[in-house]
Amino acid sequence: MPNWGKITRRTLLVGSAAIAGGVAFGVWQYRRDLPNPLQPGDGQATLNPWILIDQDGVTLIAARAEMGQGVYTTLPALVAEELDVAWEDVRVMHGPAAQAYYNEALMSHGLPINDYERTGFHEVMIEAMTVLPKMIGLQVTGGSTSTIDAFEKLRMAGATARETLKRAAAERLNMPLGSLTTRDGKVIAPGGIELRYAELAPAAAEIDPPRRVALRDPEDWRYLGRSMPRTDMIAKSTGTAEFGLDVRLPGMKFAAVRRNPRLGGGMLSFDASAAEGMPGVERVVDLTDGIAVVANNTWLAMQAADAVEIEWAAAPYPDTSDEMLNVIRAALDNEPNSMLRDDGDLDALDIAPEDREIEAEYTVPWLAHATMEPMNATALHTGDALDIWTGSQAPGFAEQRAAEAVDLDTDHVTCHVTFLGGGFGRRGETDFVVQAARVARAMQGTPVKVTWSREEDMRHDFYRPAAAARMRGVLRGGFATALEGRVAAPSVTRQSMQRMTGLSPSGPDKGHVEGMFNQPYAIPNYRVSGHLADLDVPIGFWRSVGNSFNGFFMESFIDEMAAAVQRDPLAFRLDLARREHAPSSGVLEAVAEMSGWTGRTPEGTGRGVALTYSFHTAVAVVVEVTDQGGDVSIDRAWVACDVGTALDPAIIEAQMSGGVIWGLSAAAMQEISFAVGEVEQWNFPDFDSLRLHNSPEIEVRILETQPHLGGVGEPAVPPSMPALANAIYDLTGERVRDLPLNRRLSFVI
Amino acid sequence: MPTTLTVNGTEYQVDLPDDVPLLWVLRDELGLTGTKYGCGVASCGSCTVHIDGEAMRACQVALADVWGPVTTIEGLGTPNALHAVQQAWVEHQVAQCGYCQSGQIMQAAALLSKTPNPSDEEIDLAMSGNLCRCGTYPRIRAAIHAAADALGREG
Repeated sequence: MPNWGKITRRTLLVGSAAIAGGVAFGVWQYRRDLPNPLQPGDGQATLNPWILIDQDGVTLIAARAEMGQGVYTTLPALVAEELDVAWEDVRVMHGPAAQAYYNEALMSHGLPINDYERTGFHEVMIEAMTVLPKMIGLQVTGGSTSTIDAFEKLRMAGATARETLKRAAAERLNMPLGSLTTRDGKVIAPGGIELRYAELAPAAAEIDPPRRVALRDPEDWRYLGRSMPRTDMIAKSTGTAEFGLDVRLPGMKFAAVRRNPRLGGGMLSFDASAAEGMPGVERVVDLTDGIAVVANNTWLAMQAADAVEIEWAAAPYPDTSDEMLNVIRAALDNEPNSMLRDDGDLDALDIAPEDREIEAEYTVPWLAHATMEPMNATALHTGDALDIWTGSQAPGFAEQRAAEAVDLDTDHVTCHVTFLGGGFGRRGETDFVVQAARVARAMQGTPVKVTWSREEDMRHDFYRPAAAARMRGVLRGGFATALEGRVAAPSVTRQSMQRMTGLSPSGPDKGHVEGMFNQPYAIPNYRVSGHLADLDVPIGFWRSVGNSFNGFFMESFIDEMAAAVQRDPLAFRLDLARREHAPSSGVLEAVAEMSGWTGRTPEGTGRGVALTYSFHTAVAVVVEVTDQGGDVSIDRAWVACDVGTALDPAIIEAQMSGGVIWGLSAAAMQEISFAVGEVEQWNFPDFDSLRLHNSPEIEVRILETQPHLGGVGEPAVPPSMPALANAIYDLTGERVRDLPLNRRLSFVI
Repeated sequence: MPTTLTVNGTEYQVDLPDDVPLLWVLRDELGLTGTKYGCGVASCGSCTVHIDGEAMRACQVALADVWGPVTTIEGLGTPNALHAVQQAWVEHQVAQCGYCQSGQIMQAAALLSKTPNPSDEEIDLAMSGNLCRCGTYPRIRAAIHAAADALGREG
């Protein structure tokens, strides 16, 4: 796999006499052109921001962070499908941070509309929202949007490049365009003539690309719709994939850091005299909000960092998670920030004596991302420029924030994106990048790799916020006639956007209530309000974001409503979904069939079901648990999703199955708690996850009935948590309304 | 005084304090970055290597205590000459983010060298110390069975 750093260096060596700099076309041209960020070197040509051709072959730019979700495979497949290159010849790299790679799907995702019932007006709003990310260069990987965003754009990029290469060949051969075809990186002309793309690329880069190219019929796809060998698989199976933590530069030093465990509190004073004398230590750097120890070995740096005596200031939030949860619960009675659904008339509800009315309150805890690769970044400050190597979900923001931190122009800061050892939202933040930039400035001329210890990582996250809900439901004749949900939590959207862009959006926060207000259930009186709770705990996007708590609240309560009228929980949901959204009832029917759902389970076995529509994908999950001598064993899970068009079934299956394990881990055993303002968890023994021996056997079915593409990285997470809680209810008869479940029962560990 | 260390068949002289864990000798001193740091407390398995053929957590073995030749993921197989376990990992498309997979593969290879045809229970027991936040476990299990079959055919 080519290394972007090498290509950039080579480009700089030969100067910027770009063969095709700035040529951008196809779908690119119908709106304002953005400059092509690829600067081809000697013998290279670029036809648009996603394609670089040289004598070695074709390199496709993924421009999204590969954090396990398969974008280095599916995004190149979109280009390759139309460009006609052999899969084994495809090389992939991330490419530079650039406005050209903005993510329009991500911003439209934030609109406060109900995704599953889009109208013309909504489409207009979505178009309007695409302007903002273009302006601020939102090259962010998140929101399960990479493929949705790329689906047309990258196929167009491949198709227009192919047609341009054919035109170059037609001119070269003086043959009619219509007589030419393409195959495996070559233009094929009558009489057995074959011209390699590499030979044609310099000429093609001078040709104005066609404005309209028809995309291939899905019937003719060679790569899309199939499980392609992942382009990163061999590297990741041989230890040769380069993660941020693996970056090595000549003369590099290794640094460890400490910041205030009372998050957001400052540093009052420190004494590094003991640390400075420790083996391998070169320097202790004052970062004003913490310290860094630079040494000749990471472990020696970590030992010395621990030996620095530091006096920390207090945290700007309550001391304990119990006090925080009280603040959140109290917000349920505050003025709502949003009421994005208010069907029927909850205020004038006519409740008959034979109706059942139920109420319940739920809570979920703070959660860490705990990516396998701890936060890290490597930086080299040369006085007038800064280079950063890191696994980032938002390299454009990382460059901006680093530039500000060390007083450089953003143009002089370059972020080289490596593989990400897990992202899940955490690597969209820039704190670890800014920190490395500041250490590098103190060590000017020397590259420094800053590695967080696992403890530093666990205790300095941007956490999934704790949240609370109060739910009320009315049932008549076995059907839901009213559902009222109130959700309270700190606003991830506001805090994150403030941090990233300096702008805190006002108005209704969709992310706060997603997974509750926009569920595909035909309930005649259906109201959901969001109540923001102010707490200065750092919070951020965590795989599936608001859906991660609202899915649990909503689908636990739907289960309670079914139980209140002695109805089968799956049939009860089917009644509600069938009248509202066919793909959602479709996935419920699928898991019923897959699991052989009868509504009855033998003694010692429990089953639960849940459905959440999120990230444009309906996902239903059935979980089966058994009682193993007093411990709960999570034995099996069945998952059905409707993604519209399954671009790569094996990757979708992996994301669904991994998403379920992620969600079950959180629901069963994960919690971040606070005491004296500090996170109480330090390492994996305090914040464990399911492992091979206690993970369920998982069966996934992929449906393709909905008319648009759906995301796949996140939507399995929300329904997995309530499906587990509902299975526990079926097993024990106890309704557990507070996560994690292991506060009330023990799991096989 | 430098410590002598044999890694993937090559002998190295390492000039670091005796208590530096093997993990950080491999990564920072020898540049063998395939072995990963995940927790530093033997609770995730990302740093699993073989010492004298046995799976060990490199974060828990001090440089001075390394008692035999070390094999890391780089020494198990290479992109052009995959070990049977790596081959099975590729065939089953196991990795997602990939960060924990060096450790998973080293653990699985050690299991198969002692237990050529492991049952699911034996796989559970051997692999329970290896954490994967992406949740690739179902494919890990399938790949271990496939590698056992392949090694059985070879053997």
